[in-house]
Amino acid sequence: MKLTLKIWRQKGPKERGRFETYQVEANPHMSFLEMLDVLNEELIAKKEEPVVFEHDCREGICGTCGMVINGEPHGPLPGTTTCQLHMRHFRDGETIVIEPFRASAFPVMKDLGVDRSAMDRIIQAGGYISVNTGAAQDANAIPIDKDTASQSFDAAACIGCGACIAACPNASAMLFVSAKVSHLALLPQGKVEAKHRAQAMVKQMDLEGFGMCSNITACEAECPKGITVENIARLNREFLSSSLRSEAKL
Amino acid sequence: MSLDSKTPAGPLAEKWTRYRGTMNLVAPNNKRRIDIIVVGSGLAGASAAASLGEMGYNVKCFTFHDSPRRAHSIAAQGGINAAKNYANDGDSVYRLFYDTIKGGDYRSREGNVYRLAEVSRNIIDQAVAQGVPFARDYGGMLDNRSFGGVQVSRTFYARGQTGQQLLLGAYQALSRQIALGTVEMYNRHEMLDLVLVDGKARGIIARNLVTGKLERFAAHAVVLGTGGYGNVFYLSTNAMMCNVTAAWRTVRRGAYMANPCFTQIHPTCIPQSGEYQSKLTLMSESLRNDGRVWVPKTHEDAQAIREGRKTGNDIAEEDRDYFLERRYPAFGNLVPRDVASRAAKVACDEGLGVAPTGLAVFMDFTAAFERYGKSKANSMGIHDASPAKVRELGEAVVSEKYGNLFEMYEKITGENPYKLPMKIYPAVHYTMGGLWVDYNLETNIPGLFATGECNFSDHGANRLGASALMQGLADGYFVLPYTIGQFLSNEIRTPKFSPDSKEFLEAEAATRERLEGLMNIKGSQSVESFHRRLGKIMWEYCGMARNAEGLTKARTMIQALREEFYKDLFVPGSLEEYNPELEKAHRVADFLELGELMVIDALNRQESCGGHFREEYQTPEGEALRDDENFAYVAAWEYTGWDKDPALHKEELTFENVELKTRSYK
Repeated sequence: MKLTLKIWRQKGPKERGRFETYQVEANPHMSFLEMLDVLNEELIAKKEEPVVFEHDCREGICGTCGMVINGEPHGPLPGTTTCQLHMRHFRDGETIVIEPFRASAFPVMKDLGVDRSAMDRIIQAGGYISVNTGAAQDANAIPIDKDTASQSFDAAACIGCGACIAACPNASAMLFVSAKVSHLALLPQGKVEAKHRAQAMVKQMDLEGFGMCSNITACEAECPKGITVENIARLNREFLSSSLRSEAKL
Repeated sequence: MSLDSKTPAGPLAEKWTRYRGTMNLVAPNNKRRIDIIVVGSGLAGASAAASLGEMGYNVKCFTFHDSPRRAHSIAAQGGINAAKNYANDGDSVYRLFYDTIKGGDYRSREGNVYRLAEVSRNIIDQAVAQGVPFARDYGGMLDNRSFGGVQVSRTFYARGQTGQQLLLGAYQALSRQIALGTVEMYNRHEMLDLVLVDGKARGIIARNLVTGKLERFAAHAVVLGTGGYGNVFYLSTNAMMCNVTAAWRTVRRGAYMANPCFTQIHPTCIPQSGEYQSKLTLMSESLRNDGRVWVPKTHEDAQAIREGRKTGNDIAEEDRDYFLERRYPAFGNLVPRDVASRAAKVACDEGLGVAPTGLAVFMDFTAAFERYGKSKANSMGIHDASPAKVRELGEAVVSEKYGNLFEMYEKITGENPYKLPMKIYPAVHYTMGGLWVDYNLETNIPGLFATGECNFSDHGANRLGASALMQGLADGYFVLPYTIGQFLSNEIRTPKFSPDSKEFLEAEAATRERLEGLMNIKGSQSVESFHRRLGKIMWEYCGMARNAEGLTKARTMIQALREEFYKDLFVPGSLEEYNPELEKAHRVADFLELGELMVIDALNRQESCGGHFREEYQTPEGEALRDDENFAYVAAWEYTGWDKDPALHKEELTFENVELKTRSYK
């Protein structure tokens, strides 16, 4: 299949970016990233600079890859990361527009690569249970209801790719933050610090320059791992109830 | 020279407890003065960095990823073993130890493996306390399942994402230490050299991948948790950026590389579909519980399938060869990974492969659909269910068990595995070989430690399923944080090191020269093309089956390829900028050296054991033939110079607690 690609090229965080147009010959069995590999090999053969895009596991679990494809983070297929998207979902002769994830808290490093370290700093603010190595009791000492454990897992499945933020017109990180808050607050081990956690993570989220949530739910629609906005409701509840406790305020 | 493993004396079951109770400690006030560098933030690296930070050391942790949550540990699907005996099926530390030693075909160290089995229990406790959402039963207790080649249920799992959940646990523990300031995190920094001062590991040279600038970091000790080298084969189930550079650079500084030819080829991966393919995807071992592996009996049928004139469904039952069931009636489709992989290769070599490339066998769930469907129909009180109804019910049961894997298969291949049998083929998955370490996980370079997949110590010649996560976390949480004290307790009077000493400046200059060298070749071929060619040589001659003639040829071919690489490589862009092509270039340069060493090691080991199958050494039935008299040793290789033969150091393996037996699955 013959494709026309309009790809965002940007030399560095402070440089001006622009769309460049490329032609590439692809095969329907290729993954989207393999199609970009083919383009890059051709560019290198012409001694031109290849397109920078981030990727690693190519199995949809590490969360490294991500780009906006025809206006949608991770492209048109629901529940799928960019690396798991295959060319059979595109038409011969199609023009594909490829941009980086856009958010002011995600500065572009180069071409399609963005800096998502703000998400790490939010986790560092409180996205954990404070337990030192060696301080744990026997694993079966805390029975956890199967459904609760399963709900907690659903939230914990977040891969930290940032598609929710790229999908949101406000570039809000609420889905990401709420997934971690939910994962831990649902478990008895995580309840101890739940109030403080919600306050600390929200505060850091605001500091990083992410926008407010206005219930558009584009985040849920674009999440490759099916994280639901129910988690945002849970975060709101955790946050509001902890706001009423003066000692939990930061 | 023979190597001393420093395994403590005493009965096997007491070695670790006694040793831990008597080893040297570093007092809290001294820990504050000691710096430790941890390279890598996967299960082994992140757990070590977090634990060392909690203990009060000053830790600097490095990853080439944009975040410590991305390491490839995250992709592990199946589970993690632990000798908890929650299933009350007679499991014990000794049983886990024994299964691991036997599974490794008696090429690992007893003391290390027993310790691994012992601390496996603490890992589960720790992970649950961190909030890892393991699968549970209706009573709220942890659930277990069974995994390849063992007779107990000791595998803890979190759906098909156990690695992800364990890594996030370690990442969160690490994040907490970063917030507390005990760990300084360096994302997007790649270690490119080890710095030795007076023969001890005292720092690293890292490249800031964003600016492209080289940076120097000093510490009292250096810990590697940098993963395996499976990407030397180009196509593997490893992530794209997995590489050997950090470990290989320490080899170039004198560390020994042990058993590099021990690589694990996983039998059930999605086959390659074309030349453009960048990586292979694993289908979990658990599928072999219900999938039957087969190829057509006749070449005509196989050819018709390859050419698309027939599908698997068109081949009648009597025209199929369920070759694992035929060859290994006792274990059938559930033989260990190395055995299953070789059998698939034999079938394809005979021309019976079922993909256009000729390299695939079927994994068929028809029998499972029927079995589960009938049982489900009975349980619903339907006793005259039509075949279509049985099939429908059976598909639903299989979907509950393996739905996410079937979905992933369809996403990648575009074929519906509920309608057509899956096509699978073996692929490189894990490397048992790695840096030689003693019982303290210290390499032969004082102050340099290696944890997780990057060391060689626990899996022998073949790793059992669900043991990689166990080893990475055992090393990082429960072994290294103690054993590093043996070295550091002698360093409490050592002042902080300056990264501006001549040793550091020299190492930085050498690294710069190496990178400039690659940039300045200005040839015409891309890194990718060299990597692909190297992978083909490795797979062809040092893959599932090896022989002296092929290995000798491979060595010459690798040398020639390396020469061509340094003459005709083209790296776009420049040194001091974000340049992924340059990163790939120096990684492939190191693979070109490691690949040759793997071939040398495979040539030296004139026996077949585990993942290392030398065609000259097999039984008349085509099974692996071990030579315990001459090869019950660890081969640790010392780099002696460019284009020189490496020097072999042996660590004899002594087995005081288990009897060496032939593994049989017939």
